[in-house]
Amino acid sequence: MSTSAATELFLAKPHLQQLLNALSARGYCIIGPTIDQSAIVYAEIRTVDELPQGWTDQQEPATYRLVRREDNAWFGYAVGPHSWKRYLFPPFATVAVADRTAAGWQMSTPHEPVPKYAFLGVRACELAAIKIQDKVFLEGAYVDPIYRARREQAFVIAVNCTSAGANCFCTSMNTGPRCTTGFDLALTELPDAFLVEVGSDSGGEVLAELQTRVADVEEQAAAERARQQAVSQITKRLDTTDIRNLLLTNLEHPRWAEVATRCLSCTNCTMVCPTCFCASVNEVSDLQGDHVERQRQWDSCFNLDFSYMNGGHIRNDIRSRYRQWMTHKLASWIDQFGSSGCVGCGRCITWCPVGIDLTEEVAAIRGETP
Amino acid sequence: MNSSPVTAPARPPVPENPWLSHTVRIEQIVPEIAEVATYELAFVDSTIAATYQFQPGQFNMLYLPGVGEVAISISADPRSRERWAHTIRVAGSVTQSLARLQPGATLGLRGPYGNPWPVAACEGRDVILVAGGIGLAPLRPVIYELLANRNRYRKVTVLVGARTPEGLLYPGQYADWKAAGIDLQTTVDRASPGWLGNVGVVPQLLDRMALPAPQETVLLVCGPEVMMHFTVKSAQRRGVPVENIWLSSERNMQCAVRLCGHCQLGPTFVCKDGPVYRFDQIAPFLKVEGL
Amino acid sequence: MSTRPTLAVFKFASCDGCQLSLLDAEDELLAVAGAVDIAFFPEASSRMLPGPYDIALVEGSITTSHDAERIQEVRKQSRFLMTIGACATAGGIQALRNWGDTAEFLQAVYARPEYISTLATSTAIADHVTVDFELRGCPINHHQLVEVLSSLIAGRRPRTPTHSVCLDCKRRGTVCVTVAQGIPCLGPVTQAGCGAICPAYDRGCYGCYGPVKQCNSESLGDHFIATGSTPGELVPLFRNFNGYAPEFRAESDRLARRAEGV
Repeated sequence: MSTSAATELFLAKPHLQQLLNALSARGYCIIGPTIDQSAIVYAEIRTVDELPQGWTDQQEPATYRLVRREDNAWFGYAVGPHSWKRYLFPPFATVAVADRTAAGWQMSTPHEPVPKYAFLGVRACELAAIKIQDKVFLEGAYVDPIYRARREQAFVIAVNCTSAGANCFCTSMNTGPRCTTGFDLALTELPDAFLVEVGSDSGGEVLAELQTRVADVEEQAAAERARQQAVSQITKRLDTTDIRNLLLTNLEHPRWAEVATRCLSCTNCTMVCPTCFCASVNEVSDLQGDHVERQRQWDSCFNLDFSYMNGGHIRNDIRSRYRQWMTHKLASWIDQFGSSGCVGCGRCITWCPVGIDLTEEVAAIRGETP
Repeated sequence: MNSSPVTAPARPPVPENPWLSHTVRIEQIVPEIAEVATYELAFVDSTIAATYQFQPGQFNMLYLPGVGEVAISISADPRSRERWAHTIRVAGSVTQSLARLQPGATLGLRGPYGNPWPVAACEGRDVILVAGGIGLAPLRPVIYELLANRNRYRKVTVLVGARTPEGLLYPGQYADWKAAGIDLQTTVDRASPGWLGNVGVVPQLLDRMALPAPQETVLLVCGPEVMMHFTVKSAQRRGVPVENIWLSSERNMQCAVRLCGHCQLGPTFVCKDGPVYRFDQIAPFLKVEGL
Repeated sequence: MSTRPTLAVFKFASCDGCQLSLLDAEDELLAVAGAVDIAFFPEASSRMLPGPYDIALVEGSITTSHDAERIQEVRKQSRFLMTIGACATAGGIQALRNWGDTAEFLQAVYARPEYISTLATSTAIADHVTVDFELRGCPINHHQLVEVLSSLIAGRRPRTPTHSVCLDCKRRGTVCVTVAQGIPCLGPVTQAGCGAICPAYDRGCYGCYGPVKQCNSESLGDHFIATGSTPGELVPLFRNFNGYAPEFRAESDRLARRAEGV
């Protein structure tokens, strides 16, 4: 891991509010970490007071607890139940409308205002996740217009991790914890300040409005130590050696049946995953049936009806559905999009109600564990 | 990858909103076999009709507002310019509702989508089309294509199977196809009174066929999975190379534009990498139950 | 002569809440009423036409021998029979009696128990006659009801979502109460339909829409035990409005055996 050659600027901690103000003045709706429902979620914030100052998250498989930190860090947590995909690939979106006219059905594209988001607190694994969803939604033969409209005008403020959770394994997936690309601004938190890196022209323009100065060598060293602390705290590993072939040549491995005895097929892992992109479209009609909206909703390969066809289900047991999810995420994603679909954020492990850990499942298929 | 097909049209521009359908009108409904009818659809907007082209094996998404969408293979002549035939079996809610519509009704259509049959790879070779039941519908555009340039292909055989004689699709066209230089053979699982033809499953027709040049034979197969399985087995036994065998697969199709995740088959998306696959590219995944 | 399909609504042992959901759907109901001929719906209309009926909605469970006979007659008179609600679909909350002693309950509740004629069990309609479609919920969701009726009127096979409550929690942004707060919740094994209300108010799911298809209740039960619940505490979690649905019944019986150390 090389330290960035780019200049890091010193922003006194209270002045982060200036950044929020500058973004608000530019018309951004700022989405950042805040405490709600006993967790650090991503929601609209207006002031730095709404950040989870002095809080962290303790994570284990199937367990997430908010706990007080000894210090007053503003970004002293790993990742929570939400991911930015909620804002770029919204759980509900109208993709088309149909109206019955004298000349028959007329289909059109709904013109809804596109929210202009600034994301504050994007982790390195989440930058990687956004990059992966860019591939899915923007780089195929067909582009998803809803994702594109939101993505194109999003302003991304990354925050380097200075601590890690027990389910983090970004180092195995080569996605973090250092933010290297894909942001407008990147922050590293120190006790009284943030060191800021500029990742884009628009990031530089916003930063120019804030009270900053060039960070001195000591401050830069402190920031590097803080970032290294996150690296040293990561203990979970996923061995990705030849993982594509490992999984796709073990489609009848007994482990799939074993994990199916634990898996609830409840969809939680796919919903919290920052890269899962499956969706279905529902018809929503008015009472007369003359105006119909086609509503896209998040869906999941863990749903039985996901593979419904001609009166039957292709994936008719939990075994085949868990296998579909994991082989897609870690193996066939590589065929489809040129990279793993996993960024090592650990959400699927934390938010699985029964604590299934995909790194353990891979290890079992690798034959490393019984 | 397959080489570009004979008809190779310039692909229409990628739509800004891939979910948006065009309005089409039902021009004619032709009852085929039980529960199956062919719908001749015409674009209401003539500028779309002027640019719409498809390749044999591709499909459209047909949309009934308030009910939903369904993937339907195009069974029209690829040279169609005014109306496009879709042979549809009543199966789910959309096709149930379609079956209640009359000519003049409108619906939505977007497409064409998917990987087509490798018509170009058939040139200069013996071609065998094997269809089971309604599986003849996605193969019919190939027949039109082969007949339009009959001299480009060597022996063309069409093997059609159905459960019963009443289940044979497009029987009214068989005589024309034969007259135009196609060896067409039929078989049924169960004969009904008056049936004097073959009784047995389609792969048996292939077993009995002379294959003078298996290396130079191309096989296009569409039908129930078990029928495709035995057909491929038979062809391989007879020395047809795997890279000459193509089949059409099916999965739950929802967006048709590789954005919704539903139609995955192994590492592929049926809407994009299929529905037509070269057998060896999909074989390892066809064997796995529930993939 | 009307060519609209005839609709009948029948009540068995239930609280009437599902019929009320139907009546609650006033606006939609008017549209539905225009498309069907309501031939028999005592709760809404004094008009009671004889059968046969095209569509019968059946609310409630079978708890008396009289009702056990009556449901046979309803079935004979109905072309498409759809159960509405947890009572009709799984026996309802009154199916708790199936684990108790009915005679004892009668003694405790009624001054003159000899006047009461009841079966020892509360059972689902499908245990007695063929059911064409089950609409889940305690109570049912009237949007789903209207959707199903619209499908039937249009001649389509009705379908309702079969995914778990978890999916709806995640779509609406609710943080998992089990993972973040340690609250036992039936969401992962329960079919959606309510819109995932309870977890949004920091409560675990009660399982009002019954077991999701191919649910893995045993794994969830084991996990709750591993994280501090006792089997005895978990029995009432599964024995609720849908407690007698086969999957929940099997799990509560298993947990009860564990609680007794069997």
